[in-house]
Amino acid sequence: MAGLGERPNPPGDYPVVVVGSGPGGLQASYSLSRLGVEHAVISQDDSPGGMFRLFPIYERLLSWTKLETPCPVDSREYEWYDHNSLIADEPEQRGVMRDFMSRTFMVPSREDMEGGLAAFAERTGLQVRYGCTWESTRREDDGSLVLTTTDGEYRCRAAVFALGVTTAWKSPIPGIEEVPHYAQASRDREAYRGKRVFIVGKRNSAFELADGLEEWASKIVLASPRPVAVLSSVRARYLQPYEDWTLGGGTVVLDAAIERVERRSGGFHIVAEGTTRPGRLELEADEVIAATGFTTPLRDLGKLGVQTVSQGRIPALTNFWESEKGSGIFFAGNASQGAAGLRKHGVGSSSPAVHGFRYNARVMARRLAETHLGVRAPRERVKRGELVSFLLQELTSAPELWAQKSYLARVVWGSGETDILPLADWLDRPRPDCVAVAVEENAAGEIYPAVYVASGGAVTEHLLDPQPLHDFRGAEYQRRLTELL
Amino acid sequence: MSNGDEIVNSLRGLALFSGLGQPELEQIADPEWERRFPAGERVLRRGLSGSGFYVILDGEAAVRIDENELSRLRRGDFFGEVSTLLGAAPTADIVAESPLHCLEVPGPDLEKFLLAHPRVMLEVLKTEARRLQDALAWRG
Repeated sequence: MAGLGERPNPPGDYPVVVVGSGPGGLQASYSLSRLGVEHAVISQDDSPGGMFRLFPIYERLLSWTKLETPCPVDSREYEWYDHNSLIADEPEQRGVMRDFMSRTFMVPSREDMEGGLAAFAERTGLQVRYGCTWESTRREDDGSLVLTTTDGEYRCRAAVFALGVTTAWKSPIPGIEEVPHYAQASRDREAYRGKRVFIVGKRNSAFELADGLEEWASKIVLASPRPVAVLSSVRARYLQPYEDWTLGGGTVVLDAAIERVERRSGGFHIVAEGTTRPGRLELEADEVIAATGFTTPLRDLGKLGVQTVSQGRIPALTNFWESEKGSGIFFAGNASQGAAGLRKHGVGSSSPAVHGFRYNARVMARRLAETHLGVRAPRERVKRGELVSFLLQELTSAPELWAQKSYLARVVWGSGETDILPLADWLDRPRPDCVAVAVEENAAGEIYPAVYVASGGAVTEHLLDPQPLHDFRGAEYQRRLTELL
Repeated sequence: MSNGDEIVNSLRGLALFSGLGQPELEQIADPEWERRFPAGERVLRRGLSGSGFYVILDGEAAVRIDENELSRLRRGDFFGEVSTLLGAAPTADIVAESPLHCLEVPGPDLEKFLLAHPRVMLEVLKTEARRLQDALAWRG
């Protein structure tokens, strides 16, 4: 396996240091490599995979890799159908996860995902220094960053932190210190046989536990103050317990603020106050598990000006995933959700998931190379006569635009050069006359193309009609776009 | 760095959320709704569809049309409710004038949010009435 035992990237000076060997760190390293940017990847782990070395605890992921698709499996379009592989420029490196899928299920297991990430690192030649733990950070007078690690000091002009959002976090509920976090729940489900299990939380990790314990626990109750956000904060993969609740099958899903958890002989006593439906609730349980989420292990980055959102758990980032413009402190992976984007109609980015953040990492690497290292990233060019058909093809099949709705946009500049950029950034900075397109979704769940035309310094938004088959290449779309351009 | 309690405490100090109990504040303090904007960044964009409702927890923002500043918003002020409730694009930009810390209620959730928290709706209504009164006084 690439890097194991060889210990590449010794301490020293590098243009860029990447911290982490999960999917975010590997994607960032791959993208920097293909731009010719020298960098060192360090990781506290002893093998690639990041969070997928450990989670989800009951092994099944929630995102698909499809084996049969209408497009060639080594094409860029195939990424649409494969939400788990990291993205590569070389056709032969695309869709690595295919090699780990059986036809028993379209969603890989945790172990398969870990294997796919290791295979990507090996096949693309990524060099990671494993067993090297980043401990602290400082900025020198000349603006460079110094990362102190267990192996020594790394000095760089920019650092990419791909730390995962993987440190257990518990909401501040009296008594919650008495109960295990999701990460500490027993992987042996036998331990919950016949027990009443109370799960604090109602997002993916909480429902993953509930889904995994339905065959074992005698009673499952999930509770948190806010209602379940079906298909946004809980994906279909784990919705079985929710269906159980809505059909009256015995599992209970409560909207309640938990006042305290008390340990009593042989179990727990939970006191809560209903929110959506007010009223006091008192429950008994044999086991309580806090599925209250994770936080980014930012260590001392707060001292270098890194701010946070989401109750201190996620770094607040610029549209290019930097802690602040020019800081040289970038983030990749799950924490890239700290750049919220426009959230039009409340639709969030897919940045917490591999199929979203893999594109962020590529765009981030190009930005980092251009703004901090003076490396000009290559750009394709669109011929003037082909602009309309190019944009409609992108709107119909570009995986970046479909994975990151109203977040990443296809931009074509007046010169014909083209970029994938964060839409929020493109909208807000001075730009010459040009065009950007994005795939967007409204509150009714309709998906449609959005065209942004920049002219004379101002931008106008034009929303085209949805199309039932999501194919925007037809005559009416050609006519409309030609008119706009 | 903040935690859940800090957002709840911040909300508790605002007139908009006065009189709400702990469970209701905990429900409102959705971590997914917390936003930070660096100085100079636009929060609402004139002419762009799909925006939300924002309550300022800390910092200052300006209401701008082109280069003209129409008014200044501070902790406790809110914006975006008119465009969200009417389903129209904002008629002005809202720009962070300092690092801005906000709670955003996404557009599609606002109506449900106001119906679920009638005390908050009443405070919004009072503010709208004051804004209308000011506008009429200015005209007169």
